[in-house]
Amino acid sequence: MNETHHLRRLTTIWVVLSVAADLLFWFLVGPHVPPGRMTDMATSNQFDFNVLFVIALPVLIGVWLYLAYAIVVWSAKRGGPEPVGGEAARTNRTAQVAWITITSVVVILLAAFGTIELIVNHGSGGGEGPNPVWSPAGATQAETAALAGNGTWSPNRNQVLPVQVIAQQWKFTYRYPTFGGFETSQLVLPNNTTIAFNVTSLDVIHSFWAYQLSVKADANPQINDVAFTKTQQTGPFTVRCSELCGIWHGSMYNYGSVVSQQKFMQWAQSTEAANAANTKYLPPFAWTYVPDANGASGGYYPDGTATPYSTAEIYGAKQPAS
Amino acid sequence: MTMSAERPDVVTGGAGSPARVPWTQRRGWISQHVGTALVLGLVGYLFGHWLGNTITGGYANNLNSGQNSTADFFALLFMVVGWLLGIGALNYPIAKLAGRRPAKELDVEGWSKYFRYSTNHKTVGLQYIVGVLLFMFTGGLLAMAIRTELLSPTTHFFSASTYIKIVSEHGTVMMMMATSIIIGPLGNYLVPLMIGSRRMAFPRIEAFSFWIFVAGYMVIFSALPFGGFPTGWTGYAPLQTQAGPGMISYLFGFAVIGLGMMAAGFNIAITIINYRAPGMTWSRVPIFVWSILATAALLTLATPTLFAAGLFGLLDKTAQTAFYVTEHGGSSYLWENLFWFFGHPEVYIMALPGFGIVGEILPVFTRKPLFAYKVGAAGMIGVSLLSFFVWQHHLFQSGINPDMRPLFMLTTELISIPTGFIYLVGMGTLYKAKIRFEIPMLFAMALYFNFLIGGVTGVFLSDVPVNVTVHGGFFVLSHFHYTIMGGLLFAFMAGLYYWLPKMTGRMMNKKIGLWHFWTMFIFFNLTFFPMFIIGLLGQPRRVFTYAKNLQGLNDFSSVSAFLLGVSFLIFFFNLVWSLYINPKKAPANPWESLGLEWQTASPVPAHNFDRIPVILSDPYHYSEENAPAVADLGEDDRLVRAATTPDDTGAA
Repeated sequence: MNETHHLRRLTTIWVVLSVAADLLFWFLVGPHVPPGRMTDMATSNQFDFNVLFVIALPVLIGVWLYLAYAIVVWSAKRGGPEPVGGEAARTNRTAQVAWITITSVVVILLAAFGTIELIVNHGSGGGEGPNPVWSPAGATQAETAALAGNGTWSPNRNQVLPVQVIAQQWKFTYRYPTFGGFETSQLVLPNNTTIAFNVTSLDVIHSFWAYQLSVKADANPQINDVAFTKTQQTGPFTVRCSELCGIWHGSMYNYGSVVSQQKFMQWAQSTEAANAANTKYLPPFAWTYVPDANGASGGYYPDGTATPYSTAEIYGAKQPAS
Repeated sequence: MTMSAERPDVVTGGAGSPARVPWTQRRGWISQHVGTALVLGLVGYLFGHWLGNTITGGYANNLNSGQNSTADFFALLFMVVGWLLGIGALNYPIAKLAGRRPAKELDVEGWSKYFRYSTNHKTVGLQYIVGVLLFMFTGGLLAMAIRTELLSPTTHFFSASTYIKIVSEHGTVMMMMATSIIIGPLGNYLVPLMIGSRRMAFPRIEAFSFWIFVAGYMVIFSALPFGGFPTGWTGYAPLQTQAGPGMISYLFGFAVIGLGMMAAGFNIAITIINYRAPGMTWSRVPIFVWSILATAALLTLATPTLFAAGLFGLLDKTAQTAFYVTEHGGSSYLWENLFWFFGHPEVYIMALPGFGIVGEILPVFTRKPLFAYKVGAAGMIGVSLLSFFVWQHHLFQSGINPDMRPLFMLTTELISIPTGFIYLVGMGTLYKAKIRFEIPMLFAMALYFNFLIGGVTGVFLSDVPVNVTVHGGFFVLSHFHYTIMGGLLFAFMAGLYYWLPKMTGRMMNKKIGLWHFWTMFIFFNLTFFPMFIIGLLGQPRRVFTYAKNLQGLNDFSSVSAFLLGVSFLIFFFNLVWSLYINPKKAPANPWESLGLEWQTASPVPAHNFDRIPVILSDPYHYSEENAPAVADLGEDDRLVRAATTPDDTGAA
């Protein structure tokens, strides 16, 4: 069998298998790939995963097919022709240049694709640090107003909703600065709304992973890590800690829900009223909080007597949103 | 015991001294071994503990324990110093510092040489095999414990705190093992033989690298009696700052192992650069040596960062500094940055030697020259250079330098280009070959299968948008097990089956080897492939409990992991069976390799080559008419030539 025969046969099988596998994946598996489509970030990240998979499948199939072919056709047991050494078997300029060119082009295209998706999608739901460079429209104003204590949010006005995520060993709590800065362990979000998660920690590094929302941002002490997503479906979602934070890391999870804007408004206003007595003991809303001398989070929650509650300047450095 | 007279390069001490023998030449001083090391290690431990308590009594307590952290640290520090003193690692520098003539280390014959400070690279190589297998076996037992706990999300075999200690210990021990698993045993044993040298450049530093590796094993396992550490192998601060005394074992353990890594890398790199035989030009250096050179460069250049990071951590815990304590002006990002600046080159320290081994094995079992040799060597150097520019892809979601993410995405994806060269080399070599499926070849082919999955999933991880879902979960866990275990460990097995006949003079049993290979290959994939799906379905790493609907996949993975454990028992059985119970003498060159390491006498003489060989061409001229000779060994004008006729190639 001459050279072109091997390559032609391999190429034919490869093209057929790859096209079939790609089509099957894209139409059968693709729509179900995590994290689903609950938010715009989830939708675009699912799309990105599927694009990568469609590129990866032919690579996997190509190499595996070649290995299988070699095992079957070029086995010594089969008693084929003796291999031929010499210069031709040591280098092949065409093959080498083609390999390097193709892999380089694919890799650079992938990096370009990832970069475009990252920028267009405002950080793709990942933690963007205290000063996000790719914020969605209206986010900076909403965040600045929230910190100043005069942020507002109401249904049908297409406003960005800032939500603060406070991680500590071993739970998440949430503060809603546009509703008087109340703190709760329930994460309720309005549908069709851009959410600006402001993630911070009171002790060690955690990671806020709202799985179905496709949001993941590390919670670092004294750092405000901002991540954006826009809800587009109502329903429950899971929140897990995705950075090892000590013994009970495995049980640091809870559930949130996306509800209609009206329902959210109702919930937020009633919780704000119900929590008002507690909220006044909380430190003023800030992007980050420093525990006082009594130890981690010692001064953060009211203990009734010992710790006087200080002003924002002492408890946490205010950082502008951008 | 006999003193060797065959090392003209080392000044033999003792002779010429007048009446009184200086203390640096006395028998008690030079004939040290593991026994004295253990005793002095224990003495050092007790002394250090006393000293620490004395100088910082009362104020440097570890959180959550009644123990003084300086005492814990000093105990381990002086234990290692005592160990090194006891094994004889410090004889030479102490004698030099005292202005005395240092004694040569004893060249002992027989079993006891493996328990001494041997400067013979072949002894060190065999010592390393036992050392890394010890690491691997204990780390593997911990892995079995992890999979046992994950059998059920609700029924717990271990408490949450025990589980996190097991996970952390498993990760750390395995990482320490993986940095040395090839460069230690095979690198030390084979590099001088492959480049035609009689010795390493710095034999004492080489022996030092092994014995401090053993000390590292003791230090990292001291974490368990100290109560373990909760941070995983990544040791993130401030969790690190908050952790109990076991954390000191982690920080100091990495520093100790790090010293060994730097010493090993430095010695091997210098050896390869300076001790090549005449004619061993850079275009004739075996591909395995290229991979070891690239690895040694990474070891030497990347490890100091880890060492410094560990030192900062120890200062935080003992001297109450605040390198990683945010509220006192430090930064939790500092550890992340330092750790991963070391940690990513570390990943390639654990991949490159594997590529070298398969590159060495493929030509032998295909009877073909290594395809695109220069591209392969360039790929390894390219990988090691690029690996210094990708570390922040571990921190994509951390909020650190978010606008640098496109750059790190690009560099990370670029590194798949030189890594891909390994596939070009492999596939080109297989082309129209005549493949003999001996055990080493099977393991080498398995690397190509496994590493491809590991590499391709790495591209998913490097894509920032996709990284949001897969970061910190079982997806990334599976990814790096595919590269390190599926790549490096399979390559290590390939290398052992391939070179043990040269090292021990005995053949490994092929039938048991086949059982070992197939169980390891099948159950490796059945263990780790489901973890990609588990990760995509939302299970974070290092958790002792998980969503109920993931139990089926987790159980499947656990059962496969137990069977994977069985495959290692088969391997150990094969080792014992083939080396001791039923030894079969290995032919001088059982695989008919052209490699220089197979051309010396068997067993390899202490000085490797009677005459330094003259290298005439690279060792890959298989199946070539009128192939040039590989080397002139200078014995009866013996030239090592490629066999060209079918009879000579002798299909197995």
